[in-house]
Amino acid sequence: MSDVYSYSWLILVAPFIAFLVNSLWLGKKNWKAAAGLSTFAMAGSAVYSIKIAFDFFTQLPAQKHIIAWQYNWLEFNDTLTAKIGCLLDPISVMMLVVITVIATMVNIYSIGYMKDDPSAGRFFGTLSLFCFSMLGLVVATNLIQIYVFWELVGVSSYLLIGFWYTKPSAVAASKKAFIVTRFADAFFLLGIIITGYVLKTFDFIDINSLQAADSMNHIVSVGFLTVNVLTVSTILIFIGGWGKSAMFPLHIWLPDAMEGPTPVSSIIHSATMVVAGIFLTARLFTIFSFSFVTLDIIAAVGCFTALFAAVIACTQSDIKRILAFSTLSQLGYMMFSLGVTHDISGDEGINILGFQASMFHVFTHAFFKCMLFLMAGAVIHAVHTNDIWKMGGLRKKMPFTYWSTLAACLAIGGIPPLSGFWSKDEILLASFLSGHNIIGSIGLIVGGLTAFYMFRLFFVTFHGELKESGQHAHEDKWMTTPIVLLAIPTIGIGWIAKSYFLGSFTPLGHIAQIESPHHLTWLPIVASIMGVSGLIIAWVLYGKGNYKTATALSEKFGKSYTVIKNKFYIDEIYLHITHKIIFDKVAAPIKWFDSNIVDGFMNFVGWVLHLFGKLVRFSQNGQIQLYIGTMFLGFFLIYFIYKVAA
Amino acid sequence: MMAESTLLTATWVIPFLIALFTIFIPKENDSSIKRFNLIGSGINLSLVIYLTVRFVNAMHAGLGDANGLYFAKKVPWFGKLNIEYNIGVDGISILMMLLTGIVVFCGVLASWGLKDQTKEFFIMLNILVAGVFGVFISFDLFTFFLFYEVAVLPMYLLIGLWGTGKKEYAAMKLTLMLVGGSALILAGILGLYFEANSFDIMVIAQTNLPESFQYWAFPALFLGFGILGALFPFHTWSPDGHASAPTAVSMLHAGVLMKLGGYGCLRVAIFLCPEGCNEWMSVFLILTTINICYGAFAAIKQTDLKYVTAYSSVSHCGFVLFAFAAMTQTAFQGAVLQMISHGLMTALFFCLIGMIYGRTHTRIMGDMGGLMQRIPFLGVAFIIAGLASLGLPGLSGFVAEVTIFVGAFENGNIVNRVCTVLAILSIVVTAVYVLRAANQMLMGPLNPEFEKLEDATYIEKIPVIILLFCLFAFGISPGWIIEIVNHSIEPIFKAVGR
Repeated sequence: MSDVYSYSWLILVAPFIAFLVNSLWLGKKNWKAAAGLSTFAMAGSAVYSIKIAFDFFTQLPAQKHIIAWQYNWLEFNDTLTAKIGCLLDPISVMMLVVITVIATMVNIYSIGYMKDDPSAGRFFGTLSLFCFSMLGLVVATNLIQIYVFWELVGVSSYLLIGFWYTKPSAVAASKKAFIVTRFADAFFLLGIIITGYVLKTFDFIDINSLQAADSMNHIVSVGFLTVNVLTVSTILIFIGGWGKSAMFPLHIWLPDAMEGPTPVSSIIHSATMVVAGIFLTARLFTIFSFSFVTLDIIAAVGCFTALFAAVIACTQSDIKRILAFSTLSQLGYMMFSLGVTHDISGDEGINILGFQASMFHVFTHAFFKCMLFLMAGAVIHAVHTNDIWKMGGLRKKMPFTYWSTLAACLAIGGIPPLSGFWSKDEILLASFLSGHNIIGSIGLIVGGLTAFYMFRLFFVTFHGELKESGQHAHEDKWMTTPIVLLAIPTIGIGWIAKSYFLGSFTPLGHIAQIESPHHLTWLPIVASIMGVSGLIIAWVLYGKGNYKTATALSEKFGKSYTVIKNKFYIDEIYLHITHKIIFDKVAAPIKWFDSNIVDGFMNFVGWVLHLFGKLVRFSQNGQIQLYIGTMFLGFFLIYFIYKVAA
Repeated sequence: MMAESTLLTATWVIPFLIALFTIFIPKENDSSIKRFNLIGSGINLSLVIYLTVRFVNAMHAGLGDANGLYFAKKVPWFGKLNIEYNIGVDGISILMMLLTGIVVFCGVLASWGLKDQTKEFFIMLNILVAGVFGVFISFDLFTFFLFYEVAVLPMYLLIGLWGTGKKEYAAMKLTLMLVGGSALILAGILGLYFEANSFDIMVIAQTNLPESFQYWAFPALFLGFGILGALFPFHTWSPDGHASAPTAVSMLHAGVLMKLGGYGCLRVAIFLCPEGCNEWMSVFLILTTINICYGAFAAIKQTDLKYVTAYSSVSHCGFVLFAFAAMTQTAFQGAVLQMISHGLMTALFFCLIGMIYGRTHTRIMGDMGGLMQRIPFLGVAFIIAGLASLGLPGLSGFVAEVTIFVGAFENGNIVNRVCTVLAILSIVVTAVYVLRAANQMLMGPLNPEFEKLEDATYIEKIPVIILLFCLFAFGISPGWIIEIVNHSIEPIFKAVGR
């Protein structure tokens, strides 16, 4: 093995050292040095990752995967061992590049964004921890390792979302993010333990195999239930990804997660955290593909989330919230793309085009979504409001941001030849080829909706008349540079990378693949038409700085518009369940039961003993007459009993 | 082997001597009493660390006796009744001693601010510590029980005199419940003696005790020790006791004393009555599962910081007993890991709560708020302790919990599986109460009342840093601890599997 791979631990160690140094020491002293250290560490990791990617894709190893290094961490028993290692295969190498590049951009941007914040040093420390965790997650060689870093991603996102901890809304959002994902993680852990128990291994390479699927694919009756172990454990593991990737109905934490500083939202929504769920599903794709039930669930959940979030995004007025729902929608694409890989007619065999397309979309989406959030941050920084209706006309004040955002909106709207078009097209192609026509059609509609809400945001923010808030808007050089730099991959990476994704991206392990034609002629045309028409509708409604038609339209829909604008009241339902049911109907009675029944019983025992003692004390009153009297009584009784017995 | 066994004896003699010499230090000389005790516990800690190192070396050299005991020594004490001073250590007890050494040292440092009757406090504390060390090295049931009582009883005075709040009530309740447990243990131990005609644990283990005997002796012993390990429904001494106890006592009690319960369950109840264990385990499995979930849910609704921690202790100690009830080798291993992890974690929790309470003079979380701005060191340490408690990888709690889960799942029994699933799902509830406590106390806008709080002093930082270091060290590289535990769990597990 070449040295390039065996030194790959450097990629992880660099941000980790930046985290330690910044949090323990440098952060408090000098935030600029801390920022420099974090950025430098990330940039170093990025260079090294690109080098690895270059080596890896130019000389693909025969197995298409390499374990660069690995050691035993936790030995449960003779057969089960958790390891820490580094597994390099197409998807992890791709993720390494994406994470490190995006993180470097976000670090540079944050130098400008955080410059007035007194705890900027802490920010850079935690951001490095976040990147370290995500890097450890993508190179994981086994389920325990991925869970370890998975939780670290969770906790570092908790720290970053709640970064402004004096703000109650930020504190609530961080707690929500942690607990919702934790809820999913509990099922994930259960899935891991079942898998480990059945297969006697946690290693991805062993799990992603036909033998593993065979030994898991049996029916067990659990009491009154009969279940297939393979289906159950894959679904349980998928629930972990469900929560982390914020699929409906566990999506509620993601829109609130924007309470953190905007660079954090940017990195959460593009390269870390939410992609972890997609990555997990892709990592275990081979074993998942043996259970069609699981694949169907993945497809259904993803598809529903894509539509659901896109509809909500059309009505929101907070710039970051619109982007948050657009992330949800795009994650839905990536998710259902993994699910539509089996043919709907029930044929055995898997078309891995969906897998490739999903990874492709992860890749392209990371760049433009990161840039969109950075743009949102820059705009908010300039106008000091999140509300798009209070913005407007920023085109002249922020020209670099304006043009970059245009590219990103075109890309996410799926308009050729920008990057998003290529990956989204492949996803739709995969759906239609495998016969998932409904999902494919929903995908097409969501494409139109995406273009609509993105350009709604774009026109309202940048076009129209300059409002009061935008008078002093300007562009900060630290913040604008990464935005412009990210515009390059946003525009061009799609058609460059396509051949790599379709050529060398295969899931870990062997899959019985079916071959199918690689294109449908009508699809790119229809997809483009959907995108363009979304754009045009947005232009008609919002492009001229006159929103009369739009307002009239929203009033016409009245009630349903309100329901959508309130995100279908999902948050309220959750609040009801947690506060009214779990807190008040479960926890409170348990507390009452504990202090009154359990403890009451103990106190009762004490009281009885006390009472008994009192009675005895009454007889021990120190009066000699009573003692003598009792004694005689006793004698008499014994004598009497003796007589009777005789 | 001579030297090490003498050193083993020294671990309980030293605290005893400290207590003795403290008597002769004049009462007014407050700071010399504290310094003397700090040096004493420091010596004892170094001794325990040295013994641990020697133990690891001996283990690698394979120097243990046939029973898996190291540094063993037997001295006849009361020949007619077969009572011996019979000491030795295996991997579990040496780790427990290490834990005790660390927690005691940190506890003495955490009591630096104590002003009231310092002398008597430290005398009591050291007697308690002597008892704890004595239990961990005893392999004779008589001395085991003797030391056990020595460890449990000073608690009454420590809470009753130096405590806060409803201290008399709490002290009385705690002592009476634990003594009730002791009565059960004594009955069990006497039963074992009359069946096997020996007090020697290793001798009894090799005797085939009749099943009818084990059938009643096991629940008596397990319940007796289980009360100290906060077994549902006999856990109620714990919240009141911990809430009223002074800082160092809470630390020692939750950190070390509750572990005597788990240790006793393993060493006496399970090891000596394996068949009774097999018979009864499903009952205890259900009780301990209730422990885990119930403790966690009860913690959600608490308002007092110490009560939250106390109930989380009920939940976490429930994991120890739950793992015993799961009856697989991996689960046993996880139980020992959880004992160590929980010991370090709650010691840190109570240490921090003591320090925070010393500043805010309230433990009601709702009355605090935004403290992170004023006491960042204590705040960060509290959050790390909380993360350890909710099982974050990289800290000790995860290693222990995941080992327990993996182990518990190996038991194919259907009741067992259901209980394991419930236990795994309880980690969500843990997250809720930990984050709730941290958020209410540390985050949000600062309560103006606390504008002038000072962060930890140097003396206060030392125990916190030691405990944090241990949490991280255990969590990041658990390999050597697992090796030691595994080495000693095997013989015990073989007895059960027999």
